[in-house]
Amino acid sequence: MTDWPILSTVTFLPTVGALLLLLIRGDDAAARRNVYWISLWTTIVTFLVSILIWIDFDNSSAAFQFVERADWLGGKISYSMGVDGISMLFVILTTFLMPFCIVASKYSVKVRFKEYMLAFLVLETLMIGVFCATDLVLFYVFFEGGLIPMFLIIGVWGGQRRVYAAFKFFLYTLLGSVLMLLAIMAMYWQAGTTDIPTLLEYQFPASMQTWLWIAFFASFAVKMPMWPVHTWLPDAHVEAPTAGSVILAGVLLKMGGYGFLRFSLPMFPIASADFAPLIYTLSVVAIIYTSLVALVQTDMKKLIAYSSVAHMGYVTMGIFTMNAQGVEGAIFQMLSHGIVSGALFLCVGVIYDRMHTREIAAYGGLVNRMPFYATAFLVFTMANVGLPGTSGFVGEFLVLVGIFKVNTWVAAFAASGVILSASYGLWLYRKVIMGALDKASLKSMFDLSRREIAILVPLVVLTIFFGVYPMPVFNVTGQAVDNLITNYQAALSAAGKLALAAQ
Amino acid sequence: MMDLATFPSLMPFLPELTLAVGALVLLMIGAFGGERTTSLVTTLSVILVLVAALVLIFGAEDGVTFNGAFVLDPFARFMKLLALIGSGFAIIMSTSYTKQEKIARFEYPVLILLATLGMMLMISANDLIALYLGLELQSLALYVVAASNRDSVKSTEAGLKYFVLGALSSGMLLYGISLIYGFTGHTQFQGVATALAAGPVSVGVVFGLVFVIAGLAFKVSAVPFHMWTPDVYEGAPTSVTAFFAAAPKAAAMALLVRVLVGPLGPAVADWQQVITFIAIASMILGAFAAIGQRNIKRLMAYSSIGHMGFALVGLAAGNESGVQGVLIYMAVYVAMTLGAFAVILFMRRQGQMVEDTSDLAGMSRTHPVVAFIFAMILFSLAGIPPLAGFFAKFYVFLAAIEAQLYVLSVIGVLSSVVGAYYYLRLVKIMYFDEPAEAFEPMPGELRVVLGLSGLFVILFVFLAGPLGTAASVAAKTFF
Repeated sequence: MTDWPILSTVTFLPTVGALLLLLIRGDDAAARRNVYWISLWTTIVTFLVSILIWIDFDNSSAAFQFVERADWLGGKISYSMGVDGISMLFVILTTFLMPFCIVASKYSVKVRFKEYMLAFLVLETLMIGVFCATDLVLFYVFFEGGLIPMFLIIGVWGGQRRVYAAFKFFLYTLLGSVLMLLAIMAMYWQAGTTDIPTLLEYQFPASMQTWLWIAFFASFAVKMPMWPVHTWLPDAHVEAPTAGSVILAGVLLKMGGYGFLRFSLPMFPIASADFAPLIYTLSVVAIIYTSLVALVQTDMKKLIAYSSVAHMGYVTMGIFTMNAQGVEGAIFQMLSHGIVSGALFLCVGVIYDRMHTREIAAYGGLVNRMPFYATAFLVFTMANVGLPGTSGFVGEFLVLVGIFKVNTWVAAFAASGVILSASYGLWLYRKVIMGALDKASLKSMFDLSRREIAILVPLVVLTIFFGVYPMPVFNVTGQAVDNLITNYQAALSAAGKLALAAQ
Repeated sequence: MMDLATFPSLMPFLPELTLAVGALVLLMIGAFGGERTTSLVTTLSVILVLVAALVLIFGAEDGVTFNGAFVLDPFARFMKLLALIGSGFAIIMSTSYTKQEKIARFEYPVLILLATLGMMLMISANDLIALYLGLELQSLALYVVAASNRDSVKSTEAGLKYFVLGALSSGMLLYGISLIYGFTGHTQFQGVATALAAGPVSVGVVFGLVFVIAGLAFKVSAVPFHMWTPDVYEGAPTSVTAFFAAAPKAAAMALLVRVLVGPLGPAVADWQQVITFIAIASMILGAFAAIGQRNIKRLMAYSSIGHMGFALVGLAAGNESGVQGVLIYMAVYVAMTLGAFAVILFMRRQGQMVEDTSDLAGMSRTHPVVAFIFAMILFSLAGIPPLAGFFAKFYVFLAAIEAQLYVLSVIGVLSSVVGAYYYLRLVKIMYFDEPAEAFEPMPGELRVVLGLSGLFVILFVFLAGPLGTAASVAAKTFF
């Protein structure tokens, strides 16, 4: 088992499924059914295989595991894969969310069903690759490659202003990333390799770190997205089909946070310490400002999109606290947000499929006709707000603990975001679910179908399970985070900057 | 009487010899057989290109011949193969088109063969005079081909424009050559290099250098010598445009690399800033000017200007990895361009060619496979991984970063983002817009070219290693 390339298998299984889809001809109901089942089984098998990674994963080691290596672009740039405690759970998150996307698209995607599934399966390969790659160039290839399928998903199957949203998404992200590419090249010439484990131990000169950090920041801040470069996200979310929003919120946004953790902090520790106040400021602005913006939205998806930006503010803040609570909280927050925001978008999709509108004003009193739906939506809203007992609480709480140790003022401002998130979350819930059902168009709404129940129940269970017992996650991340922080402190003290960091 | 011992070795010259003799034979067949031999000559000329390529790979030996005027080295091999591939596919792609447009004549493939011969001489030039002769042989054939649709005003205008501006640039090149000769006393590359390495570079040489670069920049259509490109691309028959966009660009770029890195290598500090400027100007103009274009041939013209700018980034680096980058870039560029033009040649409705970008509307539904491959080519042209165009840009910028040309690199990657916009616009037209009427069925030869180009672009991740190695061997020629 040990020399079986499990990471490559998980990464490229969806592509195999995509190739199978190519064999299917025609556009009738039978072909559609075949496409659906092939896609679903591909993603389920991928998920099951990826579970093997978690089972075989050695929690006590901080090193990269399941390492694979093959020659690629000459000797120094190679195809190399591996996961550690930071990246492994993101792989699982990705493979976990994909089957839900497939199921959720079964009826809502009317045209070009095969191409839609094709794009999703290719996208899955690219997303898993991002978290598995242990070579910078390989990472970049996966990281940027994801733009192509996502561009098509938003543009072909999106809503009214899909063209605008697709272009904005593509160009914004590309603009941020090309600078990172140059930084990768500069690192290659400086360190002589693009192998991530080697680079993690390499000490870049302090003056160079600043520039490299800025270049990586340009990419990850857009991807994250951080205020003020977040404006592509609400557009992309609103116009994307439901499953596209789930993937966007659930996985693509996490790449920014993952990038900060994987590259910015350990490779450029001095610059990270210098720029931490900038990150805190932007994060606090994001938390408060976008929460306020979320309060005045009339479109459900837009509201959730702005709340995502606010939640990502906690993540960036947590990462740059550089203590165990903050970083682990940030990782947990990303995983939890991946599940919760994905679930919220699925919930919006459920009523969108029935009414074909996302206007909050078009709904009201749904609890009367849809009690199951109201329950599920309640759980996810509460998790989004950060109610204790849901997974949303654990991450936010740890991040706030972490940031409190670093800077109490920042912690105070950030904590106000919790209140704000409660206000927009509860306001949304009241408008849509509560009240009397007096709109004629809503009188014939059906409650969740069996298919929809099958989608939402696992997410409800996980949301509550991780809220009550988050240890499975912390067991995995613990060693890697400890190692990250130890190395970071060592690098700073070597540079004589520890005093600054401890303030 | 020349005895056999002093007769120059023909082994390095074998591919050119094959091509020259073959082209003349084909000309005779055409001249005596008349118009009905057109398809025979076309078929034979493709075979001839193939034979020349095989001779180049297996028959010819590396070496210098003709008293030092001609050299065959790994660099020349790489670029010649590229030129042959570009020309061969250009002939193949023209067959249906020229028949449909009623411009099928036997001179057309023969002229392309002669132009190719000129390119190969350029690539192998080891002497300033040989360089000029090769360039002129290529250009004269190109002027005629551009005007080959002689009943079309646009085509003849394109030919004339190309000729007048081309003559001007040849004049500048020749003037530059004479200055370099005057100040170094040599026309042979080694002689020039030795003379330049001996002491500080004189102002006269710098003048000559600038004129030479100006002349060659015209041939690769780099800003500010790009003005002819959109008009010629638009006016010339599309099959000719497909040819112009691929092989001659590769040959001219090879020549530029050989002249600057070889004989003028010691003056790197002087030409580096010129090339840097040209590269920046080309990338920016290529990115911004293409946005407003509605005619797809003009759009491809600006796109090619931009791509030449990116290739020049590698040359501006002036180091081994830079030359390697240029080689890879040109290989990828030729493959992508041929594929893109296969699609443009396919845009035909009711017996008429259509050239407006909006004519592609909804092609993803009327022609899903073509649309998919074209979309991949467009993403590749925009430089998005994991497609071929990304690796091309990767290698040139990698070299530029090594040479610490940070400003050039940052401007370059930012203009590639601007450029991505208009490629995306074409994807948008194909995928997001409502379908227009379908095109006529795609001729078989275009399917083959498009298929090969698509495979190259999509599977380049696997080819990047071997091609990079080949290019690196070729680049070692100069270092």
